[in-house]
Amino acid sequence: MSGERILEVSDLKKHFPIRGGLMGGTVGHVYAVDGVSFHIDRGETLSLVGESGCGKSTVGKSVLRLFPLTSGQVALNGRRIDDMSPGTLRPLRREIQVIFQDPFSSLNPRMRVREILAEPIKNFGLAKDSADLEERIGQLMDKVRLPRDAVNRWPHEFSGGQRQRICIARALAAEPDVIVCDEAVSALDVSVKAQIVNLLQDLQAELGLAMLFISHDLAIVEHMTHRVAVMYLGKIVEVADRKQLFGGPRHPYTEALLSAVPVPMPGAMRERIVLKGDVPSPINPPKGCRFHTRCPYAFDRCRKDEPMLRDNGEGHFSACHLHDLPAEQNPLLNKAAPTAFRTIAA
Amino acid sequence: MSVSDRVGEPKLNQPRAEGDNRQILLEVDNLQTHFRTMDGVNRAVDGVSFHVRSGETLAVVGESGCGKSVTAMSILRLIPEPPGKMAGAIRFQGRDLLKLSDKEMRSIRGNEISMIFQEPMTSLNPVLTIGRQIGETLRLHQGMSKQQAEDRAVEMLRLVGIPEPGRRVREYPHQLSGGMRQRVMIAIALACNPKLLIADEPTTALDVTIQAQILDLMRDLKNTVGAAIVLITHDLGVVAEVAERVVVMYAGRKVEEAPVNELFRNPKHPYTQGLLGSVPKLGSSLTGETTRLVEIPGLVPSLKQKIPGCVFATRCPSVTDLCRAVAPALQEKAPNHIAACHYAPVEASVSGTVAA
Repeated sequence: MSGERILEVSDLKKHFPIRGGLMGGTVGHVYAVDGVSFHIDRGETLSLVGESGCGKSTVGKSVLRLFPLTSGQVALNGRRIDDMSPGTLRPLRREIQVIFQDPFSSLNPRMRVREILAEPIKNFGLAKDSADLEERIGQLMDKVRLPRDAVNRWPHEFSGGQRQRICIARALAAEPDVIVCDEAVSALDVSVKAQIVNLLQDLQAELGLAMLFISHDLAIVEHMTHRVAVMYLGKIVEVADRKQLFGGPRHPYTEALLSAVPVPMPGAMRERIVLKGDVPSPINPPKGCRFHTRCPYAFDRCRKDEPMLRDNGEGHFSACHLHDLPAEQNPLLNKAAPTAFRTIAA
Repeated sequence: MSVSDRVGEPKLNQPRAEGDNRQILLEVDNLQTHFRTMDGVNRAVDGVSFHVRSGETLAVVGESGCGKSVTAMSILRLIPEPPGKMAGAIRFQGRDLLKLSDKEMRSIRGNEISMIFQEPMTSLNPVLTIGRQIGETLRLHQGMSKQQAEDRAVEMLRLVGIPEPGRRVREYPHQLSGGMRQRVMIAIALACNPKLLIADEPTTALDVTIQAQILDLMRDLKNTVGAAIVLITHDLGVVAEVAERVVVMYAGRKVEEAPVNELFRNPKHPYTQGLLGSVPKLGSSLTGETTRLVEIPGLVPSLKQKIPGCVFATRCPSVTDLCRAVAPALQEKAPNHIAACHYAPVEASVSGTVAA
């Protein structure tokens, strides 16, 4: 890692007002993202994982400034963009691009591939003349391994995987420093997913892109990420290097999440932690630790104090009171092997 | 398009079941479900055969468009005709479902064979209470009174692990979370004690922690209720956890069938091998080296043209001229393990017996 910081987010909050009542006033808030901090360096992938409704997509949209933030700071290449006016922000949008989940609805059906790819190049004035524009479009098609002559076709003529390649090419057209991939491979079939994951990894190595990879698929995340942040109800509960997190989770939620993923190895009946109940509502999040209602290890303090995200050794951050207990009483540390991979004799 | 003109259709196209004495409950025999479209006939399912024994869990795996859901819909005769057209035979307890009248079929659906769909949101009626929807099948098939049906609905909700079933039974689908709705779907499906349960991607729309709850529930219920399950999915992890036997489908055909352990340890068909290689395994980072995922190059072929050779020939890494010209027959490659590939090695333990 070169250590050059591309994106820095601190204490990001996004609360959506709920309108209702007779006068249409605000009757409450959805605390979608409630104090999230992280950073991404050049050439690095940070994955944001969590279940639906945990706020991971809202974080992605917030750093893209697709809506105004409630509070917090977002710095892109050292410049704060959270309070910038739309006009000042506009040229900076070149530096941060996005790939969405559904390649069917994120391409304009009435634009040819050439027009789709030319739009960002023209918007940011990247091409010198029309020959340069043509050449850039051709190079983008090469980069995503589509035939150059396909630029004259319409989106509907392509399969899902090919369309996702077009979305990637469009994101690359602006020559960004960071790409937000919001569930970019989730809608694709298994074999196509592998193609796109490999492509993203190759492009990152070639162009030194930073990536914010938002996904719920933990196996894919483990395969392609450098660092992982786990979100639960609008907060990051654990951040660590891939190996640290998958090797020894330091938060009960991460532990349960990892153990819940079915592994394609028959007979390997793993010791699974099945969480009780559902995720509480982000309109009225639980007091204290937000996970205490489902946590198998919750004790009194968890219901009262909210744990802070802190370093529990070697840059492994987690927000859990268990780490204040003496090490021999901490159930997360006293495991012969990480729960996720421990198998029970059948 | 008749059954007899298919080249290379083997007589023995299902593995011999050794050591499994459970009765055969469902037998799908050379099922062909075709759809007439504006630009030709779409052969969504093209000569698929398999069987399910009582109390067994069979998984049908494949990517989108391989015909796995159409197979499930065909078993329940939910394919509209026209534009659909079904041929072959689907024998359930010896009766061919394709030959039954609509009325006879209605008495089987939801009663002896029931189905769980992927989207719990869209498959429940938003304007009826949960209790009414569970009670509907009971009143229809078992002639229960309104009160009996509601009591049984409460009982079913308790069985699928919904807290406060007495209150929930009067609630509407929008008042429940996604996992709860899928539990309700399961309760509806199991209300009449079906012998066969078809689950079409039952956990795909759910989060992993909720998926773990539902898979646990399905495993428990299988032991208590004893229904056979046909599980349709694309998630190999789910297959490994719950299935006993697996059918792999590709482009409307069955390309491989084997017991679950055998299939994952010793896949014979290049498509199955590619599929298993393209899924990253949790825990991969702990072993150190970062490997690339195996790509299956290219795309699934269009089902609108008749494919002369092997359906996988366009994407297979070890394709030869023989593959492009002649469709490989399903052949027993190892005990209880069949695959449709010219080049998959036949193990010595079966090579002597197959010639007979």
